[in-house]
Amino acid sequence: MKKVLIIGGGVAGMEAAGQLAVLGYSVVLVERKDVLGGHVRKWDRLFPNKRPSEEVVNHLLQKVQHPNVEIRLKRTVTDLRRNPNGSFLAILSDQSPVSADVVLFATGYHLFDAYRKEEYGYGIYNNVITSADLERMFKNGEVKTAEGKIPQRVGIVHCVGSRDTKCGNLYCSRVCCVTGVKQAIELKELIPNVEVFNFYMDLRMFGRGFEQLYLEAQQKHRVRFVRGRLSEASETQDHGIFLKVDDTLVGRPMKMTVDMLVLMVGFEPRKTTFPLLESLGIEKNEDGFIKIRDCHFDENRTNVDGIYVAGTCTSAKSISETINDACSAALQIHRNLSAKVKDKRK
Amino acid sequence: MNQFGFSINKDKSIDMDKTSQKLTQYLTTEEPSFNICMSCGTCSATCSAGNFTDFSLRRINLLVLRGQLDEVRDEVNKCMLCGKCTLLCPRGVNTRGVIVAIKQYFDKL
Repeated sequence: MKKVLIIGGGVAGMEAAGQLAVLGYSVVLVERKDVLGGHVRKWDRLFPNKRPSEEVVNHLLQKVQHPNVEIRLKRTVTDLRRNPNGSFLAILSDQSPVSADVVLFATGYHLFDAYRKEEYGYGIYNNVITSADLERMFKNGEVKTAEGKIPQRVGIVHCVGSRDTKCGNLYCSRVCCVTGVKQAIELKELIPNVEVFNFYMDLRMFGRGFEQLYLEAQQKHRVRFVRGRLSEASETQDHGIFLKVDDTLVGRPMKMTVDMLVLMVGFEPRKTTFPLLESLGIEKNEDGFIKIRDCHFDENRTNVDGIYVAGTCTSAKSISETINDACSAALQIHRNLSAKVKDKRK
Repeated sequence: MNQFGFSINKDKSIDMDKTSQKLTQYLTTEEPSFNICMSCGTCSATCSAGNFTDFSLRRINLLVLRGQLDEVRDEVNKCMLCGKCTLLCPRGVNTRGVIVAIKQYFDKL
């Protein structure tokens, strides 16, 4: 039985493991944490249909419950090298060796560290939080300021750490727009009469159901959208957050105080994987995400034969897109491995 | 005495902590489609009044939301209520209804 090593037990890794197991491959799924699921476990409800994140995790857990899948938790791949016959030998952090015919990187992304955008005050003012922090509050069922009060006015800043050369990130993280809209609606549902202002540069509602969510936010919840990016946030005496922004559609500067400021943090490449990538000569893009062979026809192969990629280690993706990408990677692996078998028969 | 040519400019920024939301609330009751405007500018692009004056419904909508009611009051009378904007609005806002409701609000004051 041909063997596939999958690095990363998030959405992409789990989906690909499930698909490859069904296709008859022996899969070793390596995850650095003590549970599978990745970032999704941190989210409360998902866009576009407000599905609880547990449903996605449980769905994927069922898929990897397959005799062909061997799960190795709390381990990382410390060394990966190619054997003379073209197969791979990986050494895990517990010193155990894993041999594999091909390797699939499903190493995911790193959330942008909002401290780096110092002018927004994350880590300086207690009432400046990130979208990930807000998800945690939603999971706990209550949203309160650091002083324990229910916020009456909340600001949501889009594109934090994305589309920003000052952070070194030129790309769009894609899912923050709709997350900002989703979280605005959730705030409105949770706190009656709360005012929510979304500060955006563009609203990129590209996915199925996203535009409807935007309309719902305006029509049903009266969320206010302001086109303009915050220049800075500062704290008032009573721990409110004072915002300065250019209201670009009115053409005048605007200022306001909010009780809570939520920063929509984007995707960044996972730098801890860089040494492994470099040891194998796997190319990265300028932005640090793993380079794919072709942006139309070959999204799941790297420049190195036998090394495949799936999910957000190549670019920012939604959960739906990640699942599709993992399916596509599994099919690509299947095609290449079964072709190798045929060649041998000749 | 000689007056020197120095003066202090008025702050032109909009302070959302001080502005009135009364008209926004009135429109939300009277013409709720007001809330779904996405500021595309189709209304102001087709507007006959806008071709000859600085009237812009897209801008009026935002000025209402920002509580700049003095500006809105002056602007809104330039509309001729022809309704071309309502025919074109891609979001389905009853734009002429918005103008009428704004006029009603000021008439009632």
